[in-house]
Amino acid sequence: MMDMDLKTLSLYVVLAPLVGAIAAGFFGKKIGRAGAHCIAIAGVLVSFVASVMIYQDLGEKTFNETLYVWMQAGGVKFEVGFLIDRLTVLMMMVVSFVSLMVHLYTIGYMSDDPGYQRFFSYISLFTFSMLMLVMSNNFLQLFFGWEAVGLVSYLLIGFWYQRPTAIYANLKAFLANRVGDFGFLLGIALIVANTGSLDYKAVFGQAEALSSATMAGTGWPLLTAICICLFVGAMGKSAQVPLHVWLPDSMEGPTPISALIHAATMVTAGIFMVARMSPLFELSETALAFVLFIGATTALFMGFLGIVQNDIKRVVAYSTLSQLGYMTVALGVSAYSAAIFHLMTHAFFKALLFLGAGSVIMGLHHDQDMRNMGGLWKYMPITWLTSLIGSLALIGTPFFSGFYSKDSIIEAVHASTIPGAGYALFCVLVGVFVTAFYSFRMYFLVFHGKERFGQSHEHGHVGEHHGLPPGQKPHESPWVVTLPLILLAVPSVLIGYFTIEPLLAGDWFGGAIHIMGESHAAVVREIAEPSHNALNMALHGFKSAPFWLALSGVAAAFMLYLGKPEWLAAVRQKFSRIYPILENKYYFDRFNEVVLAAGARLIGRNLWHKGDQALIDGAGVSGASLVVTLFSRIAGRFQTGYVYQYAFVMIAGVFFLLTCWVFLN
Amino acid sequence: MTDIPLLSLAIWIPILGGVLVLAIGSNDRLARGVALLTAVFGFAVTIPLYTGFDPTFNGMQFVEKRPWIDYFKINYYLGIDGLSVWFLLLNSFITVIVVLAGWESIKSRVSQYMAAFLIMSGLMNGIFSALDGMLFYIFFEASLIPLYLIIGIWGGPNRVYAAFKFFLFTLAGSLLMLLVLIYLRNVSGNFEILEWHGTKLSMGVQTLMFFAFLAAFGVKVPMWPVHTWLPDAHVEAPTGGSVVLAAIALKLGAYGFVRFALPIVPDACREYSWLIVALSLIAVVYIGFVALVQTDMKKLVAYSSISHMGFVTLGFFLQNKLGIEGALIQMISHGFVSGAMFLCIGVLYDRVHSRQIADYGGVVNTMPKFAVFFMLFAMANCGLPGTSGFIGEFTVILGAMQNSFWVAFLAATTLILGAAYTLWMYKRVVFGAVANNKVAALQDISRREFLFLAVLALCVLAMGLYPFPFTEVMHTSVDELLNHVALSKFPVALP
Repeated sequence: MMDMDLKTLSLYVVLAPLVGAIAAGFFGKKIGRAGAHCIAIAGVLVSFVASVMIYQDLGEKTFNETLYVWMQAGGVKFEVGFLIDRLTVLMMMVVSFVSLMVHLYTIGYMSDDPGYQRFFSYISLFTFSMLMLVMSNNFLQLFFGWEAVGLVSYLLIGFWYQRPTAIYANLKAFLANRVGDFGFLLGIALIVANTGSLDYKAVFGQAEALSSATMAGTGWPLLTAICICLFVGAMGKSAQVPLHVWLPDSMEGPTPISALIHAATMVTAGIFMVARMSPLFELSETALAFVLFIGATTALFMGFLGIVQNDIKRVVAYSTLSQLGYMTVALGVSAYSAAIFHLMTHAFFKALLFLGAGSVIMGLHHDQDMRNMGGLWKYMPITWLTSLIGSLALIGTPFFSGFYSKDSIIEAVHASTIPGAGYALFCVLVGVFVTAFYSFRMYFLVFHGKERFGQSHEHGHVGEHHGLPPGQKPHESPWVVTLPLILLAVPSVLIGYFTIEPLLAGDWFGGAIHIMGESHAAVVREIAEPSHNALNMALHGFKSAPFWLALSGVAAAFMLYLGKPEWLAAVRQKFSRIYPILENKYYFDRFNEVVLAAGARLIGRNLWHKGDQALIDGAGVSGASLVVTLFSRIAGRFQTGYVYQYAFVMIAGVFFLLTCWVFLN
Repeated sequence: MTDIPLLSLAIWIPILGGVLVLAIGSNDRLARGVALLTAVFGFAVTIPLYTGFDPTFNGMQFVEKRPWIDYFKINYYLGIDGLSVWFLLLNSFITVIVVLAGWESIKSRVSQYMAAFLIMSGLMNGIFSALDGMLFYIFFEASLIPLYLIIGIWGGPNRVYAAFKFFLFTLAGSLLMLLVLIYLRNVSGNFEILEWHGTKLSMGVQTLMFFAFLAAFGVKVPMWPVHTWLPDAHVEAPTGGSVVLAAIALKLGAYGFVRFALPIVPDACREYSWLIVALSLIAVVYIGFVALVQTDMKKLVAYSSISHMGFVTLGFFLQNKLGIEGALIQMISHGFVSGAMFLCIGVLYDRVHSRQIADYGGVVNTMPKFAVFFMLFAMANCGLPGTSGFIGEFTVILGAMQNSFWVAFLAATTLILGAAYTLWMYKRVVFGAVANNKVAALQDISRREFLFLAVLALCVLAMGLYPFPFTEVMHTSVDELLNHVALSKFPVALP
């Protein structure tokens, strides 16, 4: 195997999951459940192993090769090809590893679902699409992967297609993503119109020229327009305000995909894309400031919403939104490596938290309401401990992986001079407190306190009976569920400690990430400095503001949900004005429903009834038909009522006219 | 070139086969069998048109020319180039699908039904290969007769209204086009379209001709605001009629623009391109909104067709290579996708006898295989990459950006609107719990239905995953077309 070249290896990486998807999807019945999951898991395993081998072979080289010309039109080449450098290979390993864990976990989680093979087919297809996206060397394939992961996400959110909420959520997700893709496509079109190429390398080579150009017709700075258009795409996929609305609802899908798609991988595609486009974004201060503003807003305000959720998955979903905001903030301050670093650590601990939540949900027979949980640590020890590890990593406890990545981002914002950096610093610091608060609110409600399960309740999905029957106790999940939890808990603790030095301090990414300008370089130096020594950084972390903010968040959650629950009512009273705003998620959903969706239907109905029916058909066609009726009375003899005779008459007319013309000549 | 008159075969095999089927009369089994055989054979003779096509040759290929009506200098003159070759294949291919689709659902006058489609198929091949203006016109008008018959005899309850509306809309435009053809004959001395491409015409004449072409072809496309006949015609037509109407008949108008309007009156086309671009964008956006609120599945897909054809006219009148090639791709893709969408609706209609979205819900529970196909075609209809629907729209948007950001912006709204109306319909029809007894009693697709849906699915995917062969044949002809468009055709060079 060692003498395989990079091209062959990279083909293994993408094709193995595709084979799994096809086998499980088209031949699911023939090969049965075990056959389906064996092939799918083998596919992803091959993908992971090949990714690691590529990492070892690649070194600091860059592999850039076109596989085939997909189409040629208008002098533009549309190609399929791979660009593999350190940035790509990191993404490949993260994607295939998390995907492998989720595949394994699915065996347990979906064991009694009739759509078992279909599920494996979808998640393998997702893995294929996501890998194609990250490995692309051109904008076309990027857009392909981009839309393909969106499709699989749509299919998986609506996996339980009988549930009205699920099929509402998947349509919403697809449309919100399409709004993002709309911007993304315009960005790509602007690039093609101005560079004549879709190839990354060719486009990046012209970045300087683009940055001094203005857009024909509008006078806008061209590169800024391109970057903002591309970032609108990232806002859709990576669920940034105001296109975030689909992500919380996507929790209607089965939990394994919430972990894989809606936490660890797909939603980070936007982050990856901006990092990949760093040669373009670096040249537009305006675009970076825009990225920063959106990211900071998402990081803080989506965190607030996590506080008021009662559905365990939705808490984790809002936490994901907030953490994606952190990554976006890092992009905005040119700390691309920190963004990718946080992307990686987040992929592990957030997948862990989701899978842990899924394990809890299984233990409680598909009840997701935290008000019906409590005291689970006794019954589900592995789930309990791994979830605790995930939560500690999330809130940024020193030595845990999340600490290193999040602290680096805060440092970067602190050092940045870009417009809006002050606002962003405020958001990310307050965000630390909020993160700690909602994370441990969830942790305490689920694993500690009074046992509230096994009681009759009114919550959950209408018409479906969930939750433990009275008197029954929850039990730990089977090994296929707990093993991925343990395997994810390990990197959640350790990966930050071991990778921060190479990722942030050195030039690990090499040419993959471009930094331009002195102020941007200063940010990068700032985060490189403390990370020379992971141990010192963690020790120093205990004395820093974020640590104390996080600690007070945990303490507040402890007091309100375990120590002095009676305070809770008083706090609610105090925040009685803000509470409804949070409860209604800042009214984004209502706005979309009442203004956008209903507005579009109103426009449609008006155009249809008043435009098509009244104006065109009513005035135009009927007016004309009146004339025709008059004419036809005169020519009444010919009127037999058969349409085809009219047509024959028309042909005869042709010859008649021809004859006239000949005689006139 | 080969000695076998392939183009004549492509035209006359279906027509003569159709006459034969007509002669069979009331033996339905035999009529179906002969019809299928004819359709398959008719498709088979078009395949060498692609395999033998020389993509580097600039000019017409497979040319056949014989004097026909000497006195008027009308010739039986056929030939194809990169603009037309795919449409003969598409047309002959769709004919096979349509014969299969009408296999069981048509129970009355089977032989006449099959004959109508076969004859129409031959005539349409004639339109796409005619190089003589009068020959083109005769095919163009004659092809309407079978379509009238199909809607009029096998159509729904309101078929007379629909057919009349269709007739009314097309009549005026066709007569104007006839005047233009006769005028051109007068100026140039013959009916040869290729010679007309070099005919000098003053701006005033070009403008009049441009609007005559616009009237004739715009109705067929159909462009806003002369589109309202299409939803009515689709709703009343039987499934096969809708398929041919959407997949082939709509392409005739668009083809007319590239064969006649652009090369013959280029100055007027440049002058009024803003008008076509504006009308096309209205079609994309306005019709997108209208499609959103349709309650009848067929009407919804009909409106979506108008919106997608807006991309075709937009692409042609961007007058750049990306735009024109994108528009041609969009035409081919739309043939597959819209045809498939109407077939899917036909599959449901055959079982439930309703086209109303509200009468369905949860179809996936009883027809899982069908749901997979319908999903694929719905995704192609919203232009998802990997399906054929993506390429045309994507390329046209890239071309539009070369003209103006705002044109591209408005065109790209189809990404949102197209997804909204298509997937919202899909959600209401296919997803959810079983809505009523009729849905509960549904049988999944039969082998025959599986066959034609699978073949179309393969086409949609093949074109989406590897469009290279589709565009390869176009380049030389599109370059040549653009050369014509760039030239001024004024009679005297301006001082």
